[in-house]
Amino acid sequence: MLRIEGLAKLTGAERYVDDEPIGDALWGMTVRSNAARGVIRSIEFDPAVDWSGFTIVTPDDLPGPNAVHHIECDQPILAATETRHIGEALVLLAHEDRDTLRDAVRRVRVKIDPLPPALDFREPPTAEQVQRGRDNVFTELCIDKGDVDAAFEGAAHIVEGVYETGAQEHLYIEPQGMIAWVDDAGVVCCKGSMQCPYYVVAALTHALERTPDRVRVIQTPTGGGFGGKEDYPSVLALHAALLAMKANRPVRIIYDRDEDMLATTKRHPCLTRHRTAVDANGKLLAQDIDVVMDGGAYLTLSPVVLSRGIIHGAGPYACPNVRIRGRAVLTNTTPFGAFRGFGAPQTHFANERHMDAVAGAIGMDPVEIRRINIIRDGDSTATGQVINDGTDRVAILDSAIERSRYHDLLREHESFNATSPDKRRGVGLAFFHHGAGFTGAGEVYLSSIVHVVGRPDGSVEVRAASTEMGQGKETVFTQIVSSRLGIDPARMTIATPDSARVPDSGPTVASRTTMVVGRLLERACDDLRTIIGAENAQGDALHTAISRWCESNPGAEPVGQAQYQPPPGVHWDDKTYKGDAYGTYTWAAYIADIEIDLRTFTASVRAFTAVQEVGAVVNPTLASGQVQGGVVQAIGWALMEDCLWQDGAMANSQLTNYIIPTSDDVPHIDVVFVENPYEYGGKGSKGLGELPMDGPAPAIANAISNALRLDANRIPLTPERIFSLINNAQTA
Amino acid sequence: MPKPPEQPTTSITCTINGQSVTMDIDPAWRLLDLLRDHLGLTGAKEGCGEGECGACTVRIDGLPANSCLVLAVQAHGRDIDTVESLDPESLDHLHGSGATQCGACTPGVVMTADWIRNNPETLEHDTIRSLMAGNLCRCTGYDGIIDGVRLSIERDANTGAKPCAS
Repeated sequence: MLRIEGLAKLTGAERYVDDEPIGDALWGMTVRSNAARGVIRSIEFDPAVDWSGFTIVTPDDLPGPNAVHHIECDQPILAATETRHIGEALVLLAHEDRDTLRDAVRRVRVKIDPLPPALDFREPPTAEQVQRGRDNVFTELCIDKGDVDAAFEGAAHIVEGVYETGAQEHLYIEPQGMIAWVDDAGVVCCKGSMQCPYYVVAALTHALERTPDRVRVIQTPTGGGFGGKEDYPSVLALHAALLAMKANRPVRIIYDRDEDMLATTKRHPCLTRHRTAVDANGKLLAQDIDVVMDGGAYLTLSPVVLSRGIIHGAGPYACPNVRIRGRAVLTNTTPFGAFRGFGAPQTHFANERHMDAVAGAIGMDPVEIRRINIIRDGDSTATGQVINDGTDRVAILDSAIERSRYHDLLREHESFNATSPDKRRGVGLAFFHHGAGFTGAGEVYLSSIVHVVGRPDGSVEVRAASTEMGQGKETVFTQIVSSRLGIDPARMTIATPDSARVPDSGPTVASRTTMVVGRLLERACDDLRTIIGAENAQGDALHTAISRWCESNPGAEPVGQAQYQPPPGVHWDDKTYKGDAYGTYTWAAYIADIEIDLRTFTASVRAFTAVQEVGAVVNPTLASGQVQGGVVQAIGWALMEDCLWQDGAMANSQLTNYIIPTSDDVPHIDVVFVENPYEYGGKGSKGLGELPMDGPAPAIANAISNALRLDANRIPLTPERIFSLINNAQTA
Repeated sequence: MPKPPEQPTTSITCTINGQSVTMDIDPAWRLLDLLRDHLGLTGAKEGCGEGECGACTVRIDGLPANSCLVLAVQAHGRDIDTVESLDPESLDHLHGSGATQCGACTPGVVMTADWIRNNPETLEHDTIRSLMAGNLCRCTGYDGIIDGVRLSIERDANTGAKPCAS
């Protein structure tokens, strides 16, 4: 099936939040902190400006708690007494004219008495830098399996390594935007670009001290999210709503690109230490792993990012003894948040680089060390989850090796490198997995609900809060429901995610929409059939049965409903971090073929092979697009996307100097799916969206290490970093 | 016609999507502002405002240009074509190849893609990948876009069809 809304997007007809008619809305903007940390001494409004035409919101205007509802409520809506990062919101302004408003924002003078900021997450804070607990640690988690210390005793080989990954900007092409108003019934309404309408509902009800029926949240077509529109729209909605409530007019906040990059979340920077024991044959005996993530100034989603990070930290390998310690720490940096992969890309980078390091240290083929250690059915993960899904993981590895001509490339590159005066080529591998859906008991906690509703004209409407942000939800939901009910897709619609009309099907995150919500839709379809008494009806017979039910029940509509229930036998203990961390996993082997120009120190990807098992593929074009897009986003993270920090603020918050891949920077991405339908996923699917973010960076770093015979353990591998690697090796 | 601005104005005459228009504009407006805020042509998007992302790509006298970097006054005497001018049927190959995901870059991508299709001789010395490099896409990884452009050019070559006028 072609993308449902594809033609509207191709013709420019699709209406994003910034395309909504302006009407009588005011523009809203934000006055921000200029200090990494300090006490807010004064906020002065330039007397040369006539402020009477402005709506001004300060912390004194807040009707309830000054807190954005995430996991904790430690982030203020507007910093009132103390600021914790540059770019933190202090005051909100609204005005009819956007240019007048831009000028006015610059004429609000903020005076802050500085305090010593904590800026390096890798170093323990000094006493003056401590702002949380004793050591700025937001959260600390630990996984323990077997007896790691005993396993190191007498091991044939022990290999250590340190790996570091940088922040990454989501760079959705549509910047964040929100319109807020108070409707005639006094309901506070927010409409904008977002992944999780009910997160925004929770933020509004908490801060405005309103019941859910007194707020309404509507998603507009969303021009990319990647996690960047998971938590931040809650902040933006509160800002727009507070201005609209005070102005008694609609208010529209659309971030410019530089404000978006300065103020919104990024991928957590991460430092990972590995210490690994293997026997003489390269079999894993023990993995001792330490993970530190930079959480930024507020807790936001860091505990769950760290959780997913450490759960994936030991990779898809069978090892009897594993210890993984993880910490997320506070720094006076723009808060880090959700980003495609959610901690797993960081820890997979470390683990897959380290597998090559172990192979190198013991003189083993990188393919072979993975092959002998890959989890087989019956083996268990670091959390003790026994894998028994019938997937032939070794065959996935072998397929990628064969398809990419891995061993031929190694030979060809060896002779190329021996003769080329200024180019070096290398090939690298990563084998990895991704837990699909929320971690641990998360899905049970969400208890997502969907409705499949019959309409008086016999048609069907899907009501769910899951959002379309490019991944293809509209299309996949249409496929799932039309095929389950045996109806023509033209006789069904997908409701706009609007909290006044759709139930909470959970956030559109964690690769959960097709798998988890899709499965709920199938069950809701079955429920609808039961309600209308048409167990086996298809097509016209089903539509007729719906119409008849509506005729016999005037004013009512048949609502097929389903609520999440965990697959049988899935158990997770959040206290001990043991058990089934995810209902299922996807598995993949990626191969990168790279070339480095020794004149410019630029690395480029010549070819890329991505082989993965993702359950059943629901829509091949959309699924390939997810993998290709994820791989290219990860190529950017690996090679060019470098957030430069100055006093905890992004110094290169512009597309001019934050570089993402263009079409000319990347090759064709060769995608192969191995299908193994998953009983508890919509149409047999497993979560797919995040997996392709996990593997490319380590495959590329392994390829660069292979080409240069050096250890490229820190990304992004910009030309400057590659120059330093080579230069340091030559001077050593 | 747009509302006359309160600021100092200047008058321009240009052709927009085949229609000649004369209007009073604020000299500070960018072409993108004129199109989006004053003519209701919201297909072109503002992705960065500094000519890096290409989401605002339109064609000026037939050539792709970033409308965020062009002042509206510079449109005087020119032919401006936006994504709204294209025949939806000419986009079939891009639709089928998965060239759009979130859609924010798409109108700009489509304008460049359509220009390549109408100027296939440029592929004698450039690749589709290099010609598309001015349009950033964060979703597709570009394969869907490149395939769609290639397929549309192949179709035109095979059928001898004159590319759709735009």
